[in-house]
Amino acid sequence: MRQPLPRWVDVALLPLLNVVLAFLIGGLIVMSVGQNPLQAVGIMLYGAFGYGSGFGYTLYYTTDFIFAGLAVSLAFHAGLFNIGPEGQAYVGGLGVILAALAVNGLHWAFAVPLMILAGAAFGAFWAFIPGYLQAKRGSHVVITTILFNFIATSMMGYLIARVLKPAGINSDESSPIQMITRVPQLKDFFGLFNHSPVNITFFLAIIALGLVYWLIWHTKFGFALRALGHNPAAANYAGISNEKMIMIIMAMAGAMAAMVAVNNVGGVQGRLILNFVNGAGFVGIAVAFMGKAHPIGVALSALLFGALYQGGQELAFSMPGITREMIVTIQALVILFTGAMGDMLRIPLEKVWARFAPPAGAK
Amino acid sequence: MASQSPETSQRPSGAAASDLAIELIGINKHFGPVHANKDIHLQIKRGTVHGIVGENGAGKSTLMSILYGFYHADSGEIRVDGAAHKITDSRHALRLGIGMVHQHFMLVDNFSVIENIVLGAEDSSLLAPTLAKARTQLKRLATDYGLEVDPDAIVENLSVGQQQRVEILKALYRGAETLILDEPTGVLTPNEADQLFAVIRTLRDEGKTVILITHKLREIMAITDEVSVMRQGAMVKTLETKSTSPGELAELMVGRRVLLRVEKGPANPGKILLQVENLVVTDDFGVPRVKDVSFSIRAGEIVGIAAVAGNGQSELLESVSGMRDQKSGTVRLKGVPLSLEGDDGAGRAREAGLAHVPEDRLRMGLVTNFLEWENSILGYQNSYGKGLGLDIAGAQKEAAERIKKFDIRPTNPFLKTANFSGGNQQKIVLAREMERNPEVLIVGQPTRGVDIGAIEFIHNQIIKMRDAGKAILLVSVELDEIRSLSDRILVLFDGQIVGEADPATADETELGLLMTGSHPSGDISQPASAAPPHETPVQQTLVEMSPKNNTGRDTN
Amino acid sequence: MQFLTDVTLILDSTIRLAVPLILACLAGLYSERAGIVDIGLEGKLLAAAFAAAAASAVFGNAWWGLLAGIGAALMFSAIHGIASINLKGNQTISGVALNFLAAGLTTFLGQSWFHRGGYTPQLQPEQRFTPITLPFADQVKDVPVLGEIYWELISGHNLITYFAFLAVPVTAWVLFRTRFGLRLRAVGENPKAIDTAGISVTALRYQALIITAVLVGIGGTYLSIAQSAGFNNNMSAGRGYIALAALIFAKWRPGPALLVCLMFGFLDAVQLRVQGFKFPYIGEVPVQAIQVLPYILTIILLAGFIGRAIAPKASGIPYTKER
Repeated sequence: MRQPLPRWVDVALLPLLNVVLAFLIGGLIVMSVGQNPLQAVGIMLYGAFGYGSGFGYTLYYTTDFIFAGLAVSLAFHAGLFNIGPEGQAYVGGLGVILAALAVNGLHWAFAVPLMILAGAAFGAFWAFIPGYLQAKRGSHVVITTILFNFIATSMMGYLIARVLKPAGINSDESSPIQMITRVPQLKDFFGLFNHSPVNITFFLAIIALGLVYWLIWHTKFGFALRALGHNPAAANYAGISNEKMIMIIMAMAGAMAAMVAVNNVGGVQGRLILNFVNGAGFVGIAVAFMGKAHPIGVALSALLFGALYQGGQELAFSMPGITREMIVTIQALVILFTGAMGDMLRIPLEKVWARFAPPAGAK
Repeated sequence: MASQSPETSQRPSGAAASDLAIELIGINKHFGPVHANKDIHLQIKRGTVHGIVGENGAGKSTLMSILYGFYHADSGEIRVDGAAHKITDSRHALRLGIGMVHQHFMLVDNFSVIENIVLGAEDSSLLAPTLAKARTQLKRLATDYGLEVDPDAIVENLSVGQQQRVEILKALYRGAETLILDEPTGVLTPNEADQLFAVIRTLRDEGKTVILITHKLREIMAITDEVSVMRQGAMVKTLETKSTSPGELAELMVGRRVLLRVEKGPANPGKILLQVENLVVTDDFGVPRVKDVSFSIRAGEIVGIAAVAGNGQSELLESVSGMRDQKSGTVRLKGVPLSLEGDDGAGRAREAGLAHVPEDRLRMGLVTNFLEWENSILGYQNSYGKGLGLDIAGAQKEAAERIKKFDIRPTNPFLKTANFSGGNQQKIVLAREMERNPEVLIVGQPTRGVDIGAIEFIHNQIIKMRDAGKAILLVSVELDEIRSLSDRILVLFDGQIVGEADPATADETELGLLMTGSHPSGDISQPASAAPPHETPVQQTLVEMSPKNNTGRDTN
Repeated sequence: MQFLTDVTLILDSTIRLAVPLILACLAGLYSERAGIVDIGLEGKLLAAAFAAAAASAVFGNAWWGLLAGIGAALMFSAIHGIASINLKGNQTISGVALNFLAAGLTTFLGQSWFHRGGYTPQLQPEQRFTPITLPFADQVKDVPVLGEIYWELISGHNLITYFAFLAVPVTAWVLFRTRFGLRLRAVGENPKAIDTAGISVTALRYQALIITAVLVGIGGTYLSIAQSAGFNNNMSAGRGYIALAALIFAKWRPGPALLVCLMFGFLDAVQLRVQGFKFPYIGEVPVQAIQVLPYILTIILLAGFIGRAIAPKASGIPYTKER
């Protein structure tokens, strides 16, 4: 007889096993090209956590992934699959750079809030359009957000190369933001992070995690959002405007994704460069699924992916046989096992549980 | 091939070819912890119409799905024409001459009739020969059984009755000798149902065996030769229809003698609370479904809408409750017009004091993935807590109180709503909508899928609301429920109110005629002194099913 | 005459650029008609391109490359099938995962096996599908207009190109004239109708996925060993997504799919030729504006401003016998 699994198995053990499975298969792939996966893990762990700079990089990546993961998670709770954080972050970069260049030279304490707002507005706008098309015209956000990623790439490519690029610079990028205006890096305050790009956006990400948790489970808006996600007809019955909700939630997701731009454009690079998002938006999808769209899960899986990206960098130096792309493979496996095949282990687990756990009602 | 082979295999020579078309021996089936079929024995004689009755969840459909190969029995034996078979899948069942018409049609909407008919019974990998053969076959079946339908029509353009014909033709085309009909009249107008009965009789006269699954006793009485009663997964008894009565069958179905008569005092109508004026509502495709409807409901009054499904009552409910935009017209609550436009109109209706128990609670009334306490504030979420935050503790406390008051089980507000039974889910909705003291309560299908014990409770709650001076609008597919609860009945046909009746005096036959748009005058509120003589057995049983003996209710 | 030559050249490259789109689009058509949304086309295309180039380089024969390309697509389809048919997982998510898997694996394995920064070795003519000259093309190529068209447009393509154009009418025939096609369309609209008719929904959907894999595998092969002489990183460059857009645009029908793919191919061809070209009155048209045109057109269609695209009803929904 099938018995429901205890909650902790459902929310923690099952996802964990899926992640382990993804890594095991990743390990097999590494082995198949004649490399030692354990050695690789050791190098990656050292690279990600073993020394200050490495840890700083890990946190820098984690920051990006938290924002992108939240952008996917927020929409996911409303039943929307947002594949567009990549493009939303990219367009958000336009807002960040325009705000920063407009006040270039201003102290960061005043400039950064402006960058956050402007980036959020641009990112929100870019996600709002698919939201609007879904709400009012019934076009599926899955498809439209994918298409908007491509449109963002072309549009930003044009704007950077033809509009924002100042005379006298050869590579395709905008004018730089002055140091005083840039998002300050943590190494300025903590020597530990010498040379790493982690900046105060990291704290913004932590705040965002808490904010999203509060929003989804402790507000009226969150209640409406979850009702919509589980059952749109019931949400309509409950007097919730599904159309408005979809547009608002998509805009919020886009704003969240745009924080990736604050981290990179406003902080690390200090200028708008081509394709600065560099896949972080897509990692957000894996992060959201692995973290079951819960802020705590998102935080943990963002940290895991941050460590993978930084450790992978280290790996490329120490083990030339393994490229960084192995991380993309792991990312794919994580999405596959936690997102698309999340229930594969459920039935075996239920069987194990039925055998070893005390029968229900025994206590 | 598909149409000939079963006929030959159907009649094996020798003594084994008994007069039994189907014999089920000791069938058991579990779904997880649910024992859906308990040691079922059943014999069905060839060339008869055999009814299977039982309440919702009694295991009728499961049993038939096993016979049709859609599910596999855990144990037991199926004999077709005396020979035991392990029916592996539906195709196997079809080869044995068993066809099934499901309650929800298994048609591909954007295919033509003929494409649907040959689907799965194609003779070769190319379609053309099969289609040509099917065309001639269809002509023959049409003349033999009176099943006329245009082979090239697209299914989604056909009426429900015609779609059902396509399903029957599908089975016959495959050479079905035994035809299982699962709740065939649930979606039909009475006129269409009569046509279906005529077809069933022809089928029987041509030597086919028909198994009719239903919970409507009047259908059983009207056209079956034998009837088997199921209760809670077990086979209770098989009877000859001639020698039984609806009362006996009802008792067997329920297991105890129940009188579902509702005890209520006379109504004391007060001032008008809900007023609907010239309401016009269109469906999702812009087709008008409610056409210029006006009525009003007073305080302390229950007004029931009697209508055959699909005549605009659902759209009426959804529109008045703010879920569906109205094309024109006004809805007034205590004389104040409600603004219901937009997809959040339901929220404004609720704020104004209009509560709504929707027809389909699983699709609309509940978020089954929510915890019980979350569903107990669904629609009223904005009244919990100030500002943005949600007052979770307050909501949980109230949910626990309501659980007690409405005897909802299990009593745990932190349980997922999907884990509650249908009756308890309905109580969650009712408790939520009634406990806020609304001025007007709109109730759709209050007892659909609810077990008998809970039905009495729900009916009493509705009466209590009425006696507390509220205005109640009631829609139900069960005419009996409408008649026993309402103080006034409005008959809706084709989106228009075609008559009004007093439930105490109205004649059911007359109501039936009104509901199908075939009554000469709309006014039958006078005692029907000159009721026409009943001409068909169907109408006779309609009369037998008067409120005093209303057990044949729709428990879907 | 120069104008005609220009047009012929653009049309010729239209055909070349449209071929992978046509194959991927038809591949998606089978899958989506059977009720499985295939966001993973891009990944299947990329994996096939890599496998084809790698196998062709190692075994020295284009046909081995083709086989490997189809094989890779089949493996990806198998994962897609297990996740979305057997485990009833979300089809979009598994599709997205496949795209990442292809992006990661092709680069990782490419680097591990060939050590050329993700590129596969440069292929020799015999390791590729090279243009073939149709009969009489040489003789008539100097005949004005018609001869030129025959020589330039119709002759001189590789085998896969002819296969792609042949696959369109064949698909239409299979879909609307055969038993398999009838069932395929039915399972994407109402799988229950198929199940109650005693036909396995699972088997049908797997059959569809196999055809999908074969077609997209050939499409990927075309990219790396017909159109190019080797694999490079991310060489599918979004063509899988464009094919998906074309499929929506064509409303899941083979004939229109061909036209839409040709249109998107034409846009691509034009974009390559107008770079830096100054039009009278308009001035220079940014390349990016033409690049995004297919996406924008698809969005406009999806938004219902030019007709409605209605997907097969059951697509995206895993089939479960209800209880």
